[in-house]
Amino acid sequence: MSGGQYVAAVYGVVFVFVLAYVAIIAAKLARLQRDTRELVELARAGRPEPRTAEPVTAETTRGA
Amino acid sequence: MGVALVLALLVAPEDADQGISQRIFYIHVPIALTAYFCFGLGAWKALMLLWRGDSRYDLESYVAVHQGTIFGALTLITGSIWAKASWGVWWTWSSNQLVLFLVLFLFYCAYFMLRFSIEPGPRRERSSAVYALFGVVLIPVSFLAIRLAEDFIHPTVFTREGPQMTGTMFATFCVSWAAVTLLAYVLYRVELLGKRLDVDLRELREALQ
Repeated sequence: MSGGQYVAAVYGVVFVFVLAYVAIIAAKLARLQRDTRELVELARAGRPEPRTAEPVTAETTRGA
Repeated sequence: MGVALVLALLVAPEDADQGISQRIFYIHVPIALTAYFCFGLGAWKALMLLWRGDSRYDLESYVAVHQGTIFGALTLITGSIWAKASWGVWWTWSSNQLVLFLVLFLFYCAYFMLRFSIEPGPRRERSSAVYALFGVVLIPVSFLAIRLAEDFIHPTVFTREGPQMTGTMFATFCVSWAAVTLLAYVLYRVELLGKRLDVDLRELREALQ
């Protein structure tokens, strides 16, 4: 191997390491997002449904 | 990081002695210094945990040591490739600098074995903190080994007379060091954020179930 190939190997290794690290962090964030969604559903299932607001009619908006 | 790469690979003049392989210096040394810094930060956070007893320092210390181990592994790999290019061997046991850095790296690898062998809680936090603090003693020994042992195999660039390189080379080194430090800081913050979020979500799950 020539000197230039060794230099390319070093910078390539660093690039691959950083890329792998970012990929691991991205996978972890995706898992956290799934967990958050699951917890939101769990919280919604445990609470009573909020009362639906009355429909807005012409009478209610006229005075505004 | 892009600026540092351009400076290191295209702008910096070629070394008269080592030729093109000297360009490894601009990434290898900043990575090694960042590894030392991360281990030092881990020890500092460990000290804060033992001093103040605040559990948040445990996670910060753990993430810093984790970062240090990653950068330590990179230092060993890049150093090994540079050794092959310059000395014709992948590794030499006669260089105290290399051996002491390997000892430091293995010491912090054992940190994870200790940490994950203890149940989460105050005992694990304290044991990990004490271990991280012990490891910090190896940092100055590893850093100064080459000067103390008068090792002629591993080159000494920074001497009492200043850096033994041209102004452009030194500027390239400084930019590369700043870039690697910034990269380490960003990775540290992102990993810490992820870990804290993980802990919060676990607590929330326990509260909801």
